[in-house]
This record gives sequence, structure tokens and C-alpha cells, in this order.
Amino acid sequence: MMSDLHQMSIARLSSGLQAGDFSSVELTRHFLHRIRQLDGELNAVLTLAEEQALEQAQAADERIQAGNAGPLTGIPILHKDIFCTRGVRTTCGSRMLGNFISPYDATVVTKLKEAGMVMLGKTNMDEFAMGSSNETSYYGPVRNPWDRDRVPGGSSGGSAAAIAARLGVAATGTDTGGSIRQPAALCGITGLKPTYGRVSRYGMIAFASSLDQAGPMTRSAEDAAYLLAAMAGFDERDSTSVDRPVDDYAGQLNQPLKSLKVGIVKEFFGEGLGAGMNASMQTAIDALKTLGVETREVSLPNSGYSVPAYYVVAPAECSSNLSRFDGVRFGHRCENPQDLEDLYKRSRAEGFGPEVKRRIMIGTYALSAGYYDAYYLKAQQVRQVIADDFRKAFSEVDILLGPASPDTAFRLGEKSDDPVSMYLSDIYTIAVNLAGLPALSMPAPLVDGLPAGLQLISNYFEEEQLLALAHQLQQISDWHLQTPSGY
Amino acid sequence: MDLEPDEVEKIAHLARIAVAAGEIEALNTELSSILGLVERMAELDTSDILPMAHPLDMPQRLRPDVVTEESHRETYQSVAPATKNGLYLVPRVIE
Repeated sequence: MMSDLHQMSIARLSSGLQAGDFSSVELTRHFLHRIRQLDGELNAVLTLAEEQALEQAQAADERIQAGNAGPLTGIPILHKDIFCTRGVRTTCGSRMLGNFISPYDATVVTKLKEAGMVMLGKTNMDEFAMGSSNETSYYGPVRNPWDRDRVPGGSSGGSAAAIAARLGVAATGTDTGGSIRQPAALCGITGLKPTYGRVSRYGMIAFASSLDQAGPMTRSAEDAAYLLAAMAGFDERDSTSVDRPVDDYAGQLNQPLKSLKVGIVKEFFGEGLGAGMNASMQTAIDALKTLGVETREVSLPNSGYSVPAYYVVAPAECSSNLSRFDGVRFGHRCENPQDLEDLYKRSRAEGFGPEVKRRIMIGTYALSAGYYDAYYLKAQQVRQVIADDFRKAFSEVDILLGPASPDTAFRLGEKSDDPVSMYLSDIYTIAVNLAGLPALSMPAPLVDGLPAGLQLISNYFEEEQLLALAHQLQQISDWHLQTPSGY
Repeated sequence: MDLEPDEVEKIAHLARIAVAAGEIEALNTELSSILGLVERMAELDTSDILPMAHPLDMPQRLRPDVVTEESHRETYQSVAPATKNGLYLVPRVIE
């Protein structure tokens, strides 16, 4: 029993904790031991918060004994290192924040703490969430547990690799252009990017504020439902938080789906899609049909413009957001600055890595005098066109389906010298962020022994339906149960 | 589209990032290739399209003009590179 705790679902662990089969302290020690034993070769966890974790586990056990525990009480979680955690180092994968101990908790961290979850530590990520392979982290790349010569995807690559390797029960991630869904796909786990505004961005280090959204990364849709219910909700500290009740995602997982219409996005099955990936998607679609849902082809004719528009909007917002890293109030400061300008310029040159600098500079250029109309305004118009494509599609169907990435995990170093080829690995995920829609990636059949991600997209605030469809597909398949060997 | 070397220097200055002379050429190649990707947007006719201001159709929320936060100066300054008497220290600006 104790030896396979890391294979159990949240519901199973929760009932085991309630029944006294094991304690949260035992469960926490089990995962801390696994991280120490297995993470050396993965580099998925940047900071282990052992002492705090055991304190939180102790408190959870007391709460369980007192009879006021919720479904997440006592369950261990890993947070992406983009979430501020009070008293625990928060690096955002950057040298800039190498010594940054956050003075406060992100709202997501607070909410999961209040639910009784136990934070094991912080996961590695692409620097400031800018990357699709985890290779831009100042703290070294994360390796994919399915093949350690391959990338886990990014930017939430540490969270994805950790859950795939069963180093935690669940993890948080953030998704600005695919940073939850693409690593979830490449590591064979379930990852959900909620509707923009559904989960508070307070205390989540900002990259592109009109796109950033936090979500759960778990082994199943059912686990994701429990996590999202605790993460979501209105927060007056986030000016774009939406004041709207949170659905009972877990309670609705078995809702009838017979009349559901699923649209297969034509443009996501074009020439860019690998043959093995295509076959995996077709198997998943066939399984979906046995649930009684109706499938038909739909078109998002302008989705090809989403990557170009994204690489204006995201860098423009990042150039503004990252201006706060100036070497004055927190973060890295250069030695012996000659004057204030030298302090800014050298602190930023030393603190930021090459990809972050590239994006800040692209954004600075796009927003500079004389270029605004040609770049930023144009991109916001393209964004509207892309959102209109989705509006039309959702007038015909309830859910859209496609792959989450064009291919399985690529090799370390394969794309790191060519920013544009790296950017195109997010070709199927970015449109969703531009429109602000919810979407998830879940495991489809393996392709040559590597995970493949099936992406499901729904209309605004219909996460409940998205999770129900994914859950029911996981009830009739076992793709999500496959574990990389050695873990 | 290719940037001129002095444009790269100007962008780096506006972004307040120190760039060594030897880095300009490689940086120019990278930035130009990204701008090449971005410029595919021009193929799409957007002349009658309203730019999207926000993914959701919602107004900016307002709140009563009352003090809601207490002072956390000491906590916040505990992570600062240099402070004195509650102030952040930078190189001398006024002689």
C-alpha cells in the first residue's frame, strides 16, 4: 500500500487519509523521498520546501482528525516557480530573481493552502515563462522522464515532468501561449488552461497580462477538476478577475454528454502534423465517438496568423511588465554601477537570459514611436479576427478538438538555436490564449513510445463540460495511466 | 525585414539592456527573423476590424477610494539590493 501512494488519484488519497490508512505526514515523506531519489536526473524541482511541507502536513493531519477536511486536505502539491510563495525562494527560472524570497503568497498559493494542500516545493520553468522546452531556465533544462535526452516542453516543463514522474500528486502551471498544454502533452499528463479571468493572477509573476492564466497539471481530468475548483474564483486583487460562481467541476464529471457536438479543427490536421501524431489523434477520436458524441469538421480559417500576432502582443506586454526588474527594489543588481542608467542596463543585461532579452527588445520595438499601428494595433485586430473564428465555430459545436502540439517531445538542443522554429511548436495552442478561451491537453495513445496530447477547447467558462468530456474519455481508455519506465 | 545595426542599439537602449558591440550582429539576425515571422500578419486585411482590447466583454472594475493596504515597507525592503533609512539606494543622480 505505502509503496504505490504515488500512483493514486486525489480521490483515492483523500479517502485513504480520511480512513486513517496513512497520514499526510507519511504521504508527504513518500513524495519528498521520491524527489530526492529521482529528481537529480530530471531537474524538475528547483526548491524543496521540506520543513514547511512537513509542518503543513502535520496541520493537515490535525484538520483531518478534527473532521473538517476538504477533498484536497493533506494532498501534496508542487508550485511552478512563477507563483510567489512567502518565505520560499521564487526565481521564475531567472538569475534576476535568484535571491528573491517572496514577502507574500500568490492568491493561488493561498487558496490551495487554505484547502489544506501541502507544498512540497517549486518547479523549474523557462525563464519568466518564455520558452517551449524549458531550456531557457537559468537553472538548467528539465529532462523528459519518458526519454531524458528530450525536452519536457515549456514553459511549465518542471511541473509536467514532475507529475509524469510521480514526484507529486498535482502541480500548478501557467499558460500564456500553451505553457500548460504543450508540456502536459509532451510529458503525458492532463493540463488545463482555464478561461482568462477564471483564476487570479495576483502574485503570479506577470509575463503577458492579457494572456496569462494559471491552471492545474495532474494525472487525470478528475484530479484537475478538484484542483481547479480550489484555484478558481473572484479575487479583488486582480483587476481582470471575473466575479462569477465557481462550478462544481468534480460533481459534474459524469454529466450526460450524448447530445454534445465536437468539432474537429481542420487547420490543426494540416501538413505540419506528424504522421504518428495524426494516427494517435484518430484513435482518440474513434474512442470519443463511442461515448455517443457527434463529431464534425470545423474550420478556424485564420488560426495560422495566431503565432505572428502572439509574437507582437506577448513581447509588447512583457517589455512593459519586465521593466520592474531594474536592480533597485528587488532582484539582481550589477556590481559598482557608474550611474543610474548603467545600473539599469547592466543589472538587466546580467539578470536576464537571451530569450527574455529578445522578447523585451521585440516588444520595445513594436511599441516604439512610429511602429505602434503596424505592430501592436495590427496584432490586436488579428486577435479579434481569431476570436471571431472561434465564435463562429462555437455556434456550430460545443467543443473543438485537435492535437496540442505538432509532434512528440523533441531532443534537447534541437530547436534552441532557432527562436522561430521553437515558436512554431506552439502553433496549435496560441490561438486559444489570444481569444481567452479554456482548453486542456490530455494523453492520447503514445507515438513511438512518447506521449501525445489531445487538445479540447470549449467556449468561455465551460470548463465543467471540458473536464467531463476528458474524464469520460479517460474512463474508457488507459492512455493517462501510462507511466514512464523507472518512475 | 532586416534591422540596421544602429536600430538594434537604439532598441537595446530603450529597453535599458546593455549590449556589447560584438553581440549586435547575432542579435540583429535573431530579431529580424522574429520580425519576419510577425510580418505575416500583413497578409490579413483587417481594415474594418476593431482591435481587441480585452478577451472578455467586461468593464474596468472600480472600488471605493479607501485605504485597504497597510504599510509593509520593512518586509518589502528586506529583499532590496541596497536601502538606508527606509529609502532605496541608487547611484547619485543629482550632484
